[in-house]
Amino acid sequence: MSIDVKMAWRNIWRNPRRTVLTISAISFASLILIFMLSFQFGSYETMINSSVKISTGHIQIQAKGYQEKKSMRLAVSDPDKIGGLLEKIPEIEAYTFRANGFSLVSSRERSYGVLVAGIDPEKEAGVSTIKTLIREGRYLSEKDTNQAIVGKLLAKNLRVTVGDELTILGQGRDGSIAATVVTVKGIFSSGIDVFDRSTLQIPLKDFQMVYNMRGAVHEIIISGKSLKAVSGIKREVTKNLHNEDMGETAVVLDWMELMPGLLQGIQMDLVSGIIMYVILILVVAFSILNTFLMSIFERTREFGVLMAIGTTPGRLIKLVLIESMSLTMVGIVMGILFGSLITLFFQYHGIDISGAGELMKQYGIPGKLYPRLSLISALAGPIAVFVITFLAALFPAFKIRKFKPVEAMAHV
Amino acid sequence: MYFQLAWRNIWRNPRRTIVILTAVIIGVWSMIFLGALMRGMEVEMIRNSLKTLTGNIQIHEKNYRDDPVVENSMTDPALLKKALKTSLPEGANWAMRIRVSAMASNARHSSGVTLVGIDPAKEARVSFIGKAVTSGRYLKTEDTNKIIVGQALLDKFDAKIGHKIVLMTQDMGKEIASKAFRIVGVFRAEMEATEKEFVFATLSQAQKMLKLKNSISEVSIALKEQNLDGREEKTVSENLSSILPDTVYKVETWQELLPMMREYLKLFDNFIYIWHFVVFIAMGFGIVNTTLMAIFERMREFGLLKALGMKPLWIVRGVITESLFLLILGIVAGNITGIISVMLIDRIGIDLSALAAGVEMWGMPRILYPELWTVDVVVANLVVLLLGLLVSIYPAVKAARFTPVEALVKI
Repeated sequence: MSIDVKMAWRNIWRNPRRTVLTISAISFASLILIFMLSFQFGSYETMINSSVKISTGHIQIQAKGYQEKKSMRLAVSDPDKIGGLLEKIPEIEAYTFRANGFSLVSSRERSYGVLVAGIDPEKEAGVSTIKTLIREGRYLSEKDTNQAIVGKLLAKNLRVTVGDELTILGQGRDGSIAATVVTVKGIFSSGIDVFDRSTLQIPLKDFQMVYNMRGAVHEIIISGKSLKAVSGIKREVTKNLHNEDMGETAVVLDWMELMPGLLQGIQMDLVSGIIMYVILILVVAFSILNTFLMSIFERTREFGVLMAIGTTPGRLIKLVLIESMSLTMVGIVMGILFGSLITLFFQYHGIDISGAGELMKQYGIPGKLYPRLSLISALAGPIAVFVITFLAALFPAFKIRKFKPVEAMAHV
Repeated sequence: MYFQLAWRNIWRNPRRTIVILTAVIIGVWSMIFLGALMRGMEVEMIRNSLKTLTGNIQIHEKNYRDDPVVENSMTDPALLKKALKTSLPEGANWAMRIRVSAMASNARHSSGVTLVGIDPAKEARVSFIGKAVTSGRYLKTEDTNKIIVGQALLDKFDAKIGHKIVLMTQDMGKEIASKAFRIVGVFRAEMEATEKEFVFATLSQAQKMLKLKNSISEVSIALKEQNLDGREEKTVSENLSSILPDTVYKVETWQELLPMMREYLKLFDNFIYIWHFVVFIAMGFGIVNTTLMAIFERMREFGLLKALGMKPLWIVRGVITESLFLLILGIVAGNITGIISVMLIDRIGIDLSALAAGVEMWGMPRILYPELWTVDVVVANLVVLLLGLLVSIYPAVKAARFTPVEALVKI
């Protein structure tokens, strides 16, 4: 250890009480930042995953314009060929086809306008969680014809239960009338009211026949191995589509394009969080600035002597900065340690938010929230604290340059 | 005298006092300013949803909210009118509506909507729709097959004013009723979801289409005073409930109609208080540290005072008075900067429309205006003042404990 570091370290502990308070302030700020950021990241991930799992998937291939218009006619005509291309990409975990048509669904007593979706029961289970959300009856199987699963609120509105019949009346791809009768096989509940109120799913083969789809589908839904793999998969799929001359008619959309509201909602939450964190760090910085100031002004005499025996002001500034930065480092390391421990505790046990449960469910967040500690959430806050405290320490340190040995020594 | 002493003491080291004051000012400012922004968001969210069709109070047939179909309509509007006339306070407006879910379609598209049958003149005084028509025109009572749709729905349907749109729904006889309407006006709303969901026709046309005679689905009441505490809503709804037989009718205030909103408000409240607390801890460390420093460099002085016979309690009082002055100064300056920045932002508002989709997701207003609540300001100030005095007790007691002999030998 160089003599400067040794001196700085000893200087810090000349006033242990002050040092402990300052370190506590710094570690408190780091701890709060780590926990809050992990908390935010954790809830974003939950929100993204549950929206992705329930409806949109990570990536979709659609006909150009379908995303905006949701028009029956804008369909992808050769899904199996695209499916063949997708099989070859290793990062893709699963994919499935869907077709959607807005229709009037009637039970014996009630009628409602509903988005009827045709799904491939087997493949769908690899992409979405609907299979696990069935509360009554059973999920669709490959051989089913004229069977449907409906959302819980829709079933309640239509006053139907498992085994009841529903009449579907809509418009086919060519504008013809599409009509069929289906039996309710299962009822699911996702907790997201909008979804449970307006979704009815039937097997894709039935859908294609009833709505005259001629083998086409509206969405090819892809689920990647992880959220991080999404951009790579998107590039690969786009390239393959272009090679097959389908790049003109089909577009590849990732979850951010499919749910722009979710992405912007997250961005907004993050930005408002960051503004608050900056304010918090500023408060802390001014809280500890006095420590740095005092550690210089109460030692004016001492610096005078040091300068008189030949220490350069530069070396003194270095000494003072080492002092304040080692203080900060101790605080930050402790903050990271305790912050991570607390975060990990809650990451394991979850934070009960049942008070606001109904509200959170609508954003796809279940009864408990799990913060998620990552390298970014553990380090971003403390680094910001470090930078701002460093700036706060610079100001008093440079005051040393103005010291004159004689005057300084005369200082009481 | 000791006030004067304390005041002079804090200015013995102006730099130190100013630094710690800055910490307190930023803290108090952030409590007030961010609190006002959150309240602004909250108030705007409530106003929007009240204006969007809820109103302050609604009356329904008692089963309608669970099962919103035409069978659950109120068949005696005359009785309702009488009850409204006797129990509403001055300045309150009401409107009767039909509200039923329907399927809208044109040659190319179809989508689920809510058909709202309205009395154009009365409705304009209760909900947003009277002022929301941006092109075409608003409904007139004598309109027969005219309809107003939202801009987002119009775009989705590739339609224009003057085009036809067919609505299908179930009528009183459980038959599918369908009727073609001509679009005469387009409205815009704060939320795109509202523009997609609601279409408006006249009450009489909706009643005819649904074979409802003169039945209605709901009465919406807008009170004159828009306080968020819900007291007036409560008295009015109690009055109405006492007149209308509860075997048929159900009167509910917006707090009961929008449980989600209530949860939002609770969340906001908690959030504001957590923020107050976190910020206070951050500055609390600074306050303790600074006061401690001020004590220790005056050790000799305290020793001398004690040797001269000053009671320890007086020293505690003196030190606490010093931090009281410090806190008051910080709080006053924090309040002033907070209120000024709220007033500045209040003129222009914070425009969030660049993030329209995100705003929509959280159900937030597109332009945010801060809203200063006295109670928040008072709470923020009290938190800082009381907790600030509480943490100063430690250095104050420390100062009172210096023994004269030890303290006097210290340099």
